[in-house]
Amino acid sequence: MAQTAAPASVATPAVTPISLKAIAPWAVFFGILMLVLLYFVGAEQGATAVISGEGVHEWVHDGRHLLGFPCH
Amino acid sequence: MNSISVRALLVRGMLAGLVAGALALAVAYFLGESRVDAAIALEEAHSHDHGGGEELVSRTMQSTAGLATGVLVFGVAIGGIAALVFCYALGRIGRFGPRATAALIAFGALLTVYVVPFLKYPANPPAVGNPDTIGQRTTLFFLMVALSVLLAVAAVIFGKRLAPRLGNWNASIAASAAYVLVIGLAYAFLPSFNEVGKDFPASLLWEFRLATLAVQATLWTTFGLVFGYLTERLLVPKTGAVTSGGGTTSHAAAAAS
Repeated sequence: MAQTAAPASVATPAVTPISLKAIAPWAVFFGILMLVLLYFVGAEQGATAVISGEGVHEWVHDGRHLLGFPCH
Repeated sequence: MNSISVRALLVRGMLAGLVAGALALAVAYFLGESRVDAAIALEEAHSHDHGGGEELVSRTMQSTAGLATGVLVFGVAIGGIAALVFCYALGRIGRFGPRATAALIAFGALLTVYVVPFLKYPANPPAVGNPDTIGQRTTLFFLMVALSVLLAVAAVIFGKRLAPRLGNWNASIAASAAYVLVIGLAYAFLPSFNEVGKDFPASLLWEFRLATLAVQATLWTTFGLVFGYLTERLLVPKTGAVTSGGGTTSHAAAAAS
């Protein structure tokens, strides 16, 4: 794990960016998953509904108001 | 870096989001709930056709478990998204280490995801807002968030293009000014809503909106600090290696390989 070959003269080490190829699969899968979560907290059974009824809306009602989403 | 470090960063982002959500939940409960209750009391005093005894979810559940679900899930979700943004931004937005990058992303997100849309479409307590316009208000709110985020990304790219000619300081000012200008145009041309009832107390509205701002400020500040701490510990050397200047690079290289 410890590699001792690094030069000691570098003052501010530039951080190596993570390659896009490595990020892409995570970004697509988890990005969409996180947006779905945000949708259910922020908008489901308000303006649009995937699940019928008012259970989701009523359950997260206070969170929706206090997180700043338009609720009703 | 390989995908394992993306996974490690994503896990840390969601964990930091959960911690941030817990703190924001405390703020929402102690600063926000009394205002929500006051607004609901006003709402019920005016219209008696609002369900009455047969509530789907009781007020007690809404203000505790329901509130916790909403705020914690929100925290985890924004933590995950911010971690993915961090994966891309690290080493690409300038010579910032993990901790500074995390702080910049959190501050930028608070401004662009919440404060800028809030100035045009502020949060409303119960009893404020016409149910007939909920579709329009929801669309415009999310449009404003998307616009604000996209323009902020464009401003960062613009600033980086200008930096070689103007220097970092002036390039940042020019990019910020461009952002403010376009946001100002959006504010001017997008429709506004004034659905506050004539007898809804102004002080209650103000306190409610301030509470929502406090919730978001707590959430993003905590996220930035906790995620910054976790990523710094993951990507930069243990505390023992501070003595040698080369320790930083060797461990960063080790973490990257």
